[in-house]
Amino acid sequence: MANGILVFAEHRAGIFGKTTFETLAAGQQLGAALGQTVAAVVLGTDAGLAQEIAAYKLDKIVSVENAQLADYTPDSYAAALEQAVRQLDPQFVLMPHTYLVRDCAPKLAARFGRDVIGDCVRASVADGTVTFARRIFLGKIDADVVPAGEPPVFATFQSGAYRAEQAERGTAAVESMSVEIGEARMKPEPPFQEVKQAVDLTKADVIVAVGRGIKSQENLALVQQLVDALGAELAASRPICDAGWLPIDRQIGSSGQTVAPKLYIALGISGAIQHLVGMKNATTIVAVNKDPEAPIFDIADYGIVGDLFEVVPVLTEEIKKLRG
Amino acid sequence: MKIIVLMKQVANKDAILRINKDSTWIEEDDLSHEVNESDGYALEESLRLKEKHGGEVVVCTMGPQRAKSVIKDALARGADRAIHIVGAELTRLAPLPAARALAEAIRGEQADLVMTGLQSDDNGYGQTGVIIAELLGLPHATSVIEVDAAGEQLRVKRELENGWYQWYAMPRPALLTIQSGISQIRYATLKGIMAAKKKEIREVAPAAEAASATPDQRITKIYFPQKTKQTQFLGDGDAKAGGAQLAEKLRTEARVI
Repeated sequence: MANGILVFAEHRAGIFGKTTFETLAAGQQLGAALGQTVAAVVLGTDAGLAQEIAAYKLDKIVSVENAQLADYTPDSYAAALEQAVRQLDPQFVLMPHTYLVRDCAPKLAARFGRDVIGDCVRASVADGTVTFARRIFLGKIDADVVPAGEPPVFATFQSGAYRAEQAERGTAAVESMSVEIGEARMKPEPPFQEVKQAVDLTKADVIVAVGRGIKSQENLALVQQLVDALGAELAASRPICDAGWLPIDRQIGSSGQTVAPKLYIALGISGAIQHLVGMKNATTIVAVNKDPEAPIFDIADYGIVGDLFEVVPVLTEEIKKLRG
Repeated sequence: MKIIVLMKQVANKDAILRINKDSTWIEEDDLSHEVNESDGYALEESLRLKEKHGGEVVVCTMGPQRAKSVIKDALARGADRAIHIVGAELTRLAPLPAARALAEAIRGEQADLVMTGLQSDDNGYGQTGVIIAELLGLPHATSVIEVDAAGEQLRVKRELENGWYQWYAMPRPALLTIQSGISQIRYATLKGIMAAKKKEIREVAPAAEAASATPDQRITKIYFPQKTKQTQFLGDGDAKAGGAQLAEKLRTEARVI
């Protein structure tokens, strides 16, 4: 019978990301609450890669080894994980919600006739039943989700859902598992970064960022006056850069820059998680939005529910006065 | 080249959402809808590929009759015909049943390329495309921001995390999930809107297996997220007063001016 929790420990060339340790913490906490064992699975070419994870409190680590696992492809990872999950027969398979996992986990789960309870922000246990919570409607609403049907249950956790430093240390034995993997249909070329970004927003003390609420490129001129009055940098959420209204090097969020200025003023930004991860560590956060339920207000120190086109001219004038 | 584009109708991003009295879903009466953002980019990319390489663009959507507006808009922008899987609750399906319904509706089309958005702006599962690829036996790539279909092999550029990118080559047919911003979306022209009226929209029922299967994840309750910060709300509905108060707070409390 299916039992235990299996954590997918994702790495790039032997380096484990923070989200892997967060997922280990999630697995350990669920394991303790359910009275189940917690194991981790590492994919690669040799067992040496699993050493860093071996310093954590786990029942065991399964090192799944095959030459085809040198580079990530959805075909090779899904094949390897499918065999590992069938052999280990866990009740839960927990994974970090990374681009890699998003790319292969639905394929893996489908082979078990399931889908993934994805991008969870919490998991709680009551009477032996796990309830997962995930954000829907671009972060505006939370949904409690319960799994049904035959295990394994596949779930992924959003970055920051658990704290990496809560992952308990210990020792774990590493077991090797060899798997058969056919040739992947996709041929990856080496990953690369685009040319160095022209604007380094990480150095700015004050950032004024605009979102969809700005409505048109012409309206940026109004915001630029506030930017000038504050001596700030202008930034934006993804839709503004997608529309070509500002260059991509002014984009804040998971696919842009991550900043932690002293002051961050979010104008007409609703606050989808992809944006929040890029700015939530700002010292003071101001949000102006028409929607009182916009998720940006969840992390704002000061909020104004209203029209940014009314707020910005007044704020600009007041700041000019204060700064003399 | 035959391209199928999967598009979903979702709640308007600027809509103020209300939770129903059972806390099981949002109030859908009076809610305005729009096409899912990344699906709009998938359509644009498919139209550009058709312009470059010839062929046909077929739009497929799933949902109640109101989802027809997504189809009509896509046909007006240049798609050639459409398949509408009709059913009131279909937009709320969990990813696997949704993927089954879509896969069965398009299987017979034998498309060279299936494209859809990276994820939906309502349920945000981000899985449907990948599962369809698995069900149809196609290779896939997610978070695609550039497509090169000139050669025998397809080459696609994927957006990874933190400013990293990667090119993949794969055989056709294939399934791609498109990231927002891949290209600038065109507007429908008056000529396009008129031409769309003559284009075929085929209505189909969802595959029995997809519609009747017990989902393996079920939403028990929805609610507004708990705030992690105590937000001071300024202006009390008067945006201008809020702006003036904010300047003062930034000077005296936050001390950032």
